[in-house]
Amino acid sequence: MPTLSEAGSKELLGAFGVPFPAEHVVTTADDAVAAAEALGGPVVVKLGGDAIAHKTERGLVRLNLVGAEAVRDAAEALLAAARPEDGEVHLLVAPMLRATRELIAGLHRDGQFGTTVMLGVGGILAEAVADVAFRLVPITRVDAEEMLDDLATQKLLGEFRGEPAVDRDAVVDVLVGLSQAAVDRPDLVSADLNPLLIVDGRPVAVDALVELEARP
Amino acid sequence: MTTTRPTPTPEQFRALFDPRAVLVAGASTHPGKFGFVALHNILACGYQGKVYATNRDGAEVLGVATVREVAELPAGEIDLVFVCTPAAANPDLLKACAEKGITAAFIASAGYGEAGEEGRRAQDELVALADELGILLAGPNGQGVVSTPAQLCAQIVGPYPPAGRISVASQSGNLVSAFQNYAGQTGVGIARAVSAGNAAAVNVPDFLEYFADDPATGVALAYLEGVGAGEGRAVYERLRSVAERLPVVLVKGGRSAEGQRAAASHTGSLASDDRVFDGMVRQAGVQRADTVEQAFDIAATFATQPLPKGNRVAVVTTVGGWGVAAADTISRTGLRLAPLADDLRAAIDEHLPPRWSRNNPIDMAGGETRDTVPIVLDLVASHPEVDAVIYLGIGIQSNQAKLMREGPFHPDHGIGRIVDYHERQDTRFAEAAIEVSDKTGKPVLVATELAVASPDNPGVATLRNAGRLCHPSANRAVVALDHLWRRARWLQRRGLA
Repeated sequence: MPTLSEAGSKELLGAFGVPFPAEHVVTTADDAVAAAEALGGPVVVKLGGDAIAHKTERGLVRLNLVGAEAVRDAAEALLAAARPEDGEVHLLVAPMLRATRELIAGLHRDGQFGTTVMLGVGGILAEAVADVAFRLVPITRVDAEEMLDDLATQKLLGEFRGEPAVDRDAVVDVLVGLSQAAVDRPDLVSADLNPLLIVDGRPVAVDALVELEARP
Repeated sequence: MTTTRPTPTPEQFRALFDPRAVLVAGASTHPGKFGFVALHNILACGYQGKVYATNRDGAEVLGVATVREVAELPAGEIDLVFVCTPAAANPDLLKACAEKGITAAFIASAGYGEAGEEGRRAQDELVALADELGILLAGPNGQGVVSTPAQLCAQIVGPYPPAGRISVASQSGNLVSAFQNYAGQTGVGIARAVSAGNAAAVNVPDFLEYFADDPATGVALAYLEGVGAGEGRAVYERLRSVAERLPVVLVKGGRSAEGQRAAASHTGSLASDDRVFDGMVRQAGVQRADTVEQAFDIAATFATQPLPKGNRVAVVTTVGGWGVAAADTISRTGLRLAPLADDLRAAIDEHLPPRWSRNNPIDMAGGETRDTVPIVLDLVASHPEVDAVIYLGIGIQSNQAKLMREGPFHPDHGIGRIVDYHERQDTRFAEAAIEVSDKTGKPVLVATELAVASPDNPGVATLRNAGRLCHPSANRAVVALDHLWRRARWLQRRGLA
């Protein structure tokens, strides 16, 4: 089944209120440098394209780049790493966000119950921790609030290491937005927001992957 | 099973659970056969309607003059047929029953979907025939149906449970028996109980929908091993619709990979991600229990306690250790220990020496005198900052009294008098717990291991005789109360409370 590029995934889900960082899609190293300057501060540069689904595994994500030279080097290296089967590619330049807390959220089809909304605790231990909650699409705000309540790791949602408590309403917005996306786009097979960073208490999705049904 | 089948009507369900007269098809003279046992149980448990039976030879069974053919029976009188005849005989049997106006059939016979390809075909044909004849078809391969409002025990196994407000629908017949046994043990009784068997035509959600509008039912208790292919979404919608009207407690077999393999061979249920199933039941407002016995605890609590309006719990105890255990369990639930209000603390000070805990759990620390327990229970339950009470330590005095009564000195040395006093006290304490709950409209749960260890203890027996659940431990009471709170909150958040 076809996946959308990260930029395409973000465009689709952003229309449903999923918050993403301000980022630029460019095609040349020069434009990447200009974009980084416009954003200010450290940036992330990623290679994107409809056929590229597993950027991290292929080393196509360069984090915490400071200064024009670092951005240019990374951009050139990424463009050079593109393979013929990747098709049309682009560079995604985004601010480098830091967060001590990570959630994951998404949409998945269940063989018996249809499309579900998922919320979980993210990060490198996410799979081992397996602290996730599911609901069937469509969900109400109340359902979304109860998904937050279902997470076992409630301490993560309160004030944490000097950061404010998670803005639960903003997380609810994300979940309800995902649900609405599934309702409006019946061809949507899955969506992953991983990670959904908690920055100053508010959720920001720094990666997105949407999978659609193959067109007949 | 196709989705175009007619849904069973309330009239058909009434024929199953409140039949005017019952026919046992395939009554046997052999006391080891289902056809004998079913007739025996219907006759022995007090069913007031007329009971008919067919027997191959027309032999008298348990004093019932049987007929060889359904055609010989009166028309327009019998509502339910309990079928013990071999699968091959059943299509003709159903046709003959329909002629007599019978609208519900419980098929105990085996040899259907559980018995391979041929059995599956016979089952599909029987379902289609029943639909055509307007007969509700329960089973096949099921254990039976119990309905205490009708004093009906149409099942091929014991027990016949005490009457009450819990209604059971189960994909496992044996677990119907288990819930009925728990009902007998605790005194918290059953309204309807049905084993769905192969659930060929009527499945567990169908029964739950009937329970939702059944005035005899106060809470539904369901055992599921899974949902059929393509039915997931419909099951969700129906569970939710039932839960809006009635508390539903569900225990699911096949939670783990190992359990799912067992379920696949037991009821043919498909494996699913348990986390998705769990989210589905939460969204539907269904209370999911971890275990079979916990499911009964929760259902029995719904059946006998009002819903709390909030999650602030006061633990009133004469036994420190159980109070601590209760506090520990509360911390793992959505409940919380109510901070003890100053005016409540001051009011309790009036009745206890200063060594009481002066905090929640309210540990009386042995400072109680004759009237303290009823007074403190009343003060605590009546306080506006308390939503529910858990009372621990009932029965201790009577437990000592039992030792004295059975010892060599009774009734001399003043023992006779003190034994009577102790037993009166525990009776009073149980009555007080019931009274303050009724008066305040708040749940007041009582827990002691004596519920199991010494069921004749006057404190325990008083609760049981009043139809209340005496919880077998503080932590089990807390878990059950947490489910009452979860339901209350689910209803509140959706404007349904």
